[in-house]
Amino acid sequence: MTEFFQGFLGYGLGWFVATSILILMIALPLMLAIAMIIYADRKIWAAIALRRGPNVVGPFGLLQSFADGLKVFLKETIIPTSANKGLFLIAPIITFTVALIAWAVIPFGPDMVLANINIGLLYILAASSLGVYGVVIAGWASNSKYPFYSALRAAAQMVSYEVSIGFVLLAVVMYAGTFNLSGIIAAQQGHVFGFVNAFGFNPLIFPMAVVFLISTMAETARAPFDLTEAESELVAGYQTEYSSMSFALFWLGEYGNVLLMCALNAVLFWGGWLPPIDWAPLYGFLFTPELTGLFWLFTKILLFFFIFSWVKATVPRYRYDQLMRLGWKVFLPLSLGFVVLISGYLMIVRVGL
Amino acid sequence: MTVQAFAFYLFASIVVASGALTILSRNPVHSVLWLILAFFNAAGLMLLVGAEFIAMLLVIVYVGAVAVLFLFVVMMLDIDFAQLRAGVSRYLPFGLLVALILLAEIVLAIGVWSFADVGLELRMGVIDPEIPNIEAVGRAIYGRYLLVFEGAGLLLLVAMVGAIVLTHRERSGLRPQNISDQVKRRPDEATRNTRPGVGEGIEL
Repeated sequence: MTEFFQGFLGYGLGWFVATSILILMIALPLMLAIAMIIYADRKIWAAIALRRGPNVVGPFGLLQSFADGLKVFLKETIIPTSANKGLFLIAPIITFTVALIAWAVIPFGPDMVLANINIGLLYILAASSLGVYGVVIAGWASNSKYPFYSALRAAAQMVSYEVSIGFVLLAVVMYAGTFNLSGIIAAQQGHVFGFVNAFGFNPLIFPMAVVFLISTMAETARAPFDLTEAESELVAGYQTEYSSMSFALFWLGEYGNVLLMCALNAVLFWGGWLPPIDWAPLYGFLFTPELTGLFWLFTKILLFFFIFSWVKATVPRYRYDQLMRLGWKVFLPLSLGFVVLISGYLMIVRVGL
Repeated sequence: MTVQAFAFYLFASIVVASGALTILSRNPVHSVLWLILAFFNAAGLMLLVGAEFIAMLLVIVYVGAVAVLFLFVVMMLDIDFAQLRAGVSRYLPFGLLVALILLAEIVLAIGVWSFADVGLELRMGVIDPEIPNIEAVGRAIYGRYLLVFEGAGLLLLVAMVGAIVLTHRERSGLRPQNISDQVKRRPDEATRNTRPGVGEGIEL
């Protein structure tokens, strides 16, 4: 597509137009996916709590998210008088933007990636470490006690869990030998027994996959780690003073992050767009290899999203000191130990003693 | 104007502007946020010159961790702005002196760099454009500069241990939660069935 536009627009402009179109091709379906995933989350949560969940708007309540969006859009944006106006309005925009930018490097299928950069994983780490700013700025700019507490909690929590996430990613990078996400997926092809396409079934990486799954829940501040918005302690946390579209942007950003983390779980440990078994018919049974890749990736993302919702509906919220203990005293030594173990193993296997 | 030139001027002007606003803004939290913006755009400049690894590290380490903790501390400070402004005139001469020294050093460094008659090609780090950035950095660190790198790591370890030793204190009279003990506990050690007589109560 880039070549097509460069053909008549010149090199720079053609690249710009093509990339803009590709960005929209990722961002717009993503927004739709976020709306539907909010509905799915509420349905799963309701089913586990033996309720019906949203069932009024549209068939099976499918249009509930759009109705909520419309409602929120029509409401008044209230800015507290003592709030720091500029920062108060920028904070939800930051959260939302950061949730979208990391999708640039996610491979959706064979050669289907917006930016195939060789530091893709570092880029994702960088983008997810920016996510904390939306929350911190919102909490501070609200000029209210509960949001401020929430902001402090969020800052400490995300910084803590990023440490162990970093080590977990190192384990994957050592096996794949690259930071490029497409390269990591390619390295998973036939990784276990020569025909299972996933790092996750490797006994040395499986514990890391579990640590990563739990850490991503903490990183996105989902239940059971949603201490930033613990309603029994902090009202609604950093969102307390927000209303209307600024509130909706937080909401969208949060679910965008959740989807991103599900995609990362799928890409890094469970083969991304590869089918689970390395068997030729599984690569192209849906018209083209690209569509099949999309199918497998989306299946895995939805599976992980189901796990996220399931955990949210069943596990009670952590206490703050337990959260910190889990991050620093359990996950950090565990992941560090596995980095040493895996690097030692790979040294013996690949280089020899 | 090419996309690269546009991006360069965008990043560079934002870095300079946010750097200036870091020292000019009255609210310390705003200062920190401008500083973060400066970091972020500096990372963009690094990307433009092809140092993508350094750029991402700048964002991950400085923007994602150091600046968050910085912001954390500054947000919790109880600041008296009147007092802060009174301090400015007191420390102004000293600050100007430091600024002057820094300016002189920068001018000297650039002057020597530009006008010294040593071979220019010897001053550049030779980079093979074929191998990716991370690999080049890794080869330099774990090959040629291995000992220096390990020394730096050791230094950081010592600093960390020192900081922990200085701040750690044993508090007596605490009964901290021991989670593994709690998990190991079984119903038959924790409960017992009794049938006390009327008005007798139970022995604990």
